[in-house]
Amino acid sequence: MAKKESTFKNMTIALFVITAVAGLALSAVYSVTKEPIAASQKAKINNAIKMVIPEFESILDTVLMPDEGKDSIRIHRLLKGTESSGVAVQTYTDEGFSGRFTLMVGFMPDGAISNIEVLEHKETPGLGTKMALPSFKDQFKGVKLSDLPGEKILVKKDGGQVDAITAATISSRAFCDAVNRAYATHKKGEKQ
Amino acid sequence: MNQVNNFTKGFLKENPILVLLLGACPTLAVTSSAVNGLGMGLATTFVLFMSNVFISMIKGFVPDKVRIPAFIVVIASFVTIVDLLMQGYTPALSKQLGIFIPLIVVNCIVLGRAEAFAAKNNVLSSMIDGLGMGLGFTMALVILGGIREILGAGSIFGFKFIAEGADGILVFILAPGAFITLGFLIAILKKINKSS
Repeated sequence: MAKKESTFKNMTIALFVITAVAGLALSAVYSVTKEPIAASQKAKINNAIKMVIPEFESILDTVLMPDEGKDSIRIHRLLKGTESSGVAVQTYTDEGFSGRFTLMVGFMPDGAISNIEVLEHKETPGLGTKMALPSFKDQFKGVKLSDLPGEKILVKKDGGQVDAITAATISSRAFCDAVNRAYATHKKGEKQ
Repeated sequence: MNQVNNFTKGFLKENPILVLLLGACPTLAVTSSAVNGLGMGLATTFVLFMSNVFISMIKGFVPDKVRIPAFIVVIASFVTIVDLLMQGYTPALSKQLGIFIPLIVVNCIVLGRAEAFAAKNNVLSSMIDGLGMGLGFTMALVILGGIREILGAGSIFGFKFIAEGADGILVFILAPGAFITLGFLIAILKKINKSS
């Protein structure tokens, strides 16, 4: 087939047809993948909740603004029957080495931390990423922030209780910051 | 014979990364592990294959002066399709590769093959060229990611073979390791291509 000449009419028709076909194809793919994408995002959050509080039957969601920080925090109140089986707080910090990272922090009904899951982060591989390993985050297990001075958990360098990750003190501090924000917001939510 | 050559040239003689040095940005950024390299490579292969086929089909219909915008629309559509499919069906991989999937649009390999090959050859040759180039790209990415993962994390395809808690040579996971490894791979391939 010979090349079409580059007249105004030919160019307009060619681009119009191509963009129209592309638009139609994309809208078709979008409508097909819309549900799996939404489902996989929901499953991701549910899995994180299950990791921090294994036993629950239903979730009550609330969204609260923390006293410090730029964004609202989602609090998942977990119920087993009518009893509370704890609270999972989707928290964040902006103090990370490469900006914001998000955690899921689980609190038992008595206020002790049950477990923590890292949701999304951009920390340095091999250094800051160690915050997701049990050797670091298990230090938080069973801690009651209400028993600590100022109701805050800190790294040892700042006079606190947590051994920071070697060569990743900034990430460790940010991790504590996110946990403290989760606790403060959770407490604020209980009062309301 | 000609078609065989179209297919195999992507692996050694005209390997997009190791010989043509196209698309180095996603190459260096995502290859911190072999699995990432494989995912990125296969996604790019799909886009290359599909866009090569379509572009060689529409090449008679598109006037010369608007061929680049037309090609980019075709490429961008396939990239978006891949991105949506990965988000829906392989969410973990899509999270890992993050911004680099949408960036396949501006990957020089895809537009480069469209311009240099698909716009001049028939559908069958373009199909084979896209597949060969894509798989050559994947091969280079998996080797690069594999070496960096073995040296940097002490694991391969996620299976750790050094002691729990022990560290690899960290620099290979970070950005400088990508450049060092790529440099050595290019040198080795130069040697192979020269002696054959």
